[in-house]
Amino acid sequence: MTIRVLLFASWADALGARSVDLELDDDATAADVLSALDARSGAQLPRPALAVNRCIVPSHARIARGDEVAIIPPVAGG
Amino acid sequence: MRSAIVTRPIDTAALLGEVAAPANGATVLFTGAVRELSDGRAVSGIDYDAYETMAAEELARIVSETAQRYDTEHVVAEHRIGSLQLGEISVAIAVGHRHRGPAFDAARHVIEEIKLRLPIWKQELFTDGTRAWVDARATAHANVDEQLP
Repeated sequence: MTIRVLLFASWADALGARSVDLELDDDATAADVLSALDARSGAQLPRPALAVNRCIVPSHARIARGDEVAIIPPVAGG
Repeated sequence: MRSAIVTRPIDTAALLGEVAAPANGATVLFTGAVRELSDGRAVSGIDYDAYETMAAEELARIVSETAQRYDTEHVVAEHRIGSLQLGEISVAIAVGHRHRGPAFDAARHVIEEIKLRLPIWKQELFTDGTRAWVDARATAHANVDEQLP
């Protein structure tokens, strides 16, 4: 399945885009998304969390077709 | 109760007006602004990036949790994103309560949860023309530490 992953801050800069499309197995997990992105980024980036449908998920969480997936670098609001 | 992620200047007087009520003996306003120095380096501004839909939902949850925990419905918070200049307000929280103690505590709670949970990122612009994401810089520091004997 193809999953679009939203990128922010240092991750968006490093990959030169606000989102990337990843080709993943149908039983892919959050950890699979992170390792696929690691392979693409090249640069050394702060370790992100993953949000699925706007909630942070653990690394074993399954990704389903149609999910809204986003990379969440260490936050720095305020 | 209200919260918002905004791209316009924050009107603190409007926030104070929203939490005003005859029952409130205390009102607290917290604002966070772009500071002139970061780790000793002169800053000219900050660009805020955000996962806007998630940030809006998360800020609404924080305000709602705070209102429940401190027993007041008069909690309002706004976080501004985009390009801000030195001295401009990036975040404002207003709390109205019957008593001053919980009013201070509630405002403090909101800003601490914002720092921990809101998917918002800042890129500091320095007066020497360079820029750096605050998260990326923290990583660079961590790497330096790892190289220490």
